Amino acid sequence: METINYQNFRIDAENICVDYNGKVALYDANLRLKPGQICGLVGMNGAGKTTFFNALTGFVSISKGKIRINGESVRSAQKDQTIAYVPQNEGIDSQFPISVWDVVMMGRYGSMNIFRCPRESDVQAVKDAIERVDLAEHLSTPIGNLSGGQRKRTFLARAIAQRASILLLDEPFSGVDIRTEKLISELFIQFKNEGKTILLSTHDMIHVREFCDLVLLINKTVVAYGETSEVFTPENITTTFGGISPDFLFGPES
Amino acid sequence: MELCSFLTLNSFITDPLTHNFMRKALLMSSLVAAVCGFLSSYLTLKGWALMGDAVSHSVMPGVVVAYALGLPFSLGAFIFGVGSVALIGFIKQKSRVKEDTVIGLVFTGFFALGIVLVSKIKSNIDLHSILFGSPLGISLSDVKQTIFISLLVVILLSIFRKDLMLYCFDPRHAKTVGINVFFLHYLLLTCLSLAAVVGLQSVGIILVVAMLITPGATAYLLTDKFDNMTVISVLSAIISSLIGIYISFWFDLETGGSIVLAQTFIFLFAFLFAPRYGIFKLKKFFAGYK
Repeated sequence: METINYQNFRIDAENICVDYNGKVALYDANLRLKPGQICGLVGMNGAGKTTFFNALTGFVSISKGKIRINGESVRSAQKDQTIAYVPQNEGIDSQFPISVWDVVMMGRYGSMNIFRCPRESDVQAVKDAIERVDLAEHLSTPIGNLSGGQRKRTFLARAIAQRASILLLDEPFSGVDIRTEKLISELFIQFKNEGKTILLSTHDMIHVREFCDLVLLINKTVVAYGETSEVFTPENITTTFGGISPDFLFGPES
Repeated sequence: MELCSFLTLNSFITDPLTHNFMRKALLMSSLVAAVCGFLSSYLTLKGWALMGDAVSHSVMPGVVVAYALGLPFSLGAFIFGVGSVALIGFIKQKSRVKEDTVIGLVFTGFFALGIVLVSKIKSNIDLHSILFGSPLGISLSDVKQTIFISLLVVILLSIFRKDLMLYCFDPRHAKTVGINVFFLHYLLLTCLSLAAVVGLQSVGIILVVAMLITPGATAYLLTDKFDNMTVISVLSAIISSLIGIYISFWFDLETGGSIVLAQTFIFLFAFLFAPRYGIFKLKKFFAGYK
């Protein structure tokens, strides 16, 4: 019998189910990702994309199945700051009285002492992260005064400052300007070369073809999973989107 | 004579201080204001203003039961405060009734239970003073307990200041980096219940509700920085307490009501003239002159 070395997988989700008060949001979902892989998570609204993210971060508990992060439990991944989550712009309160610097510093909280006093290394990590997303001139700007793209970059900087090896990105390209889109795609290439594992949900089929090595099509459960070139076919997409053809969804070119 | 002494600002401030009950009232109200003002900035940002209302009313039966059993008031208040929140969550989850309705339903139920218990159990708890407070007639043991609980809450909130900010802002990130969100949730609720107990003994439930909501809202209009928001919230709560007590002393008005009115006027002032978020945007106005 072949033995699987789970250490090889950054993310290993096996037959996971999530239900909210008896309502099934996700069932029998599987996903395996290795270091340096970028995987697109594609599905309709309500197909369980956010639920999948929530299960991987431990924000909701799974009712069945098993999740291993670097071969360990989700709880130890939380302790080790292994996973960073970059929320959708709609998922956060943009009027919260907080500056770019403070948001990015939150990426370091997990490794600080109980008072969350930044050390020299934390300050440096935050500085570097903010520079990488090109927001150096907005250090003390309240997030309410930023554009959608700048806000997205702020949260990316938080993930960078966290030094996580797994990045979960919820709709990283929605509501951002061209400049931010270009910067995010450059960062993706850098992350890949650094050996980070990326799982991103998106509505944009062009982005899937452009960035993703793998694609996971879901509709409450996995419809198809594999190499983008093999799995991302019109038939599979049609099944994922409940019988609607990709021509109708994304125009004839796709 | 009275008018003359009123006209000099010095005696306007110092005269009331010659009375022991006034010194006590000023101290107690300031303490309650500091605690509630601190909490208020978190409740405003978390969208928990109604929850503050609910918890401060729901602690009432807890206080009565604790009195009957000879337990500390704070213990009974805590159990009923947290219990009401748990019940709100449970009903919301298991029925199709909307959250604000459930909150109203649960806290009025708890509060009614408190009133019924007060009328049944022989106690020295006076309903009027629980509702509207009696800052001018506070006993020494009340003073001691208020000081102790206030310090406890302020210390707890100060230690977990940043974690609570993160919890209000992005609980999912907090969870992802291994911060105990469950603990923070109940820490905030515990502090809320304790603030209700402190307020209930001295300034009354109605005033606690106002102090938990208004200072945070005022501060939210005045700043874009979280730390400043906390400071402004606490200061506006304390200042309005002092203004309210002095005015109630000189004009012979209901103390609790005067404090709340002072708070409301400060809020209205911010609402109209806050530099960036007021109706008349003063920042823009002055920028036009430069």
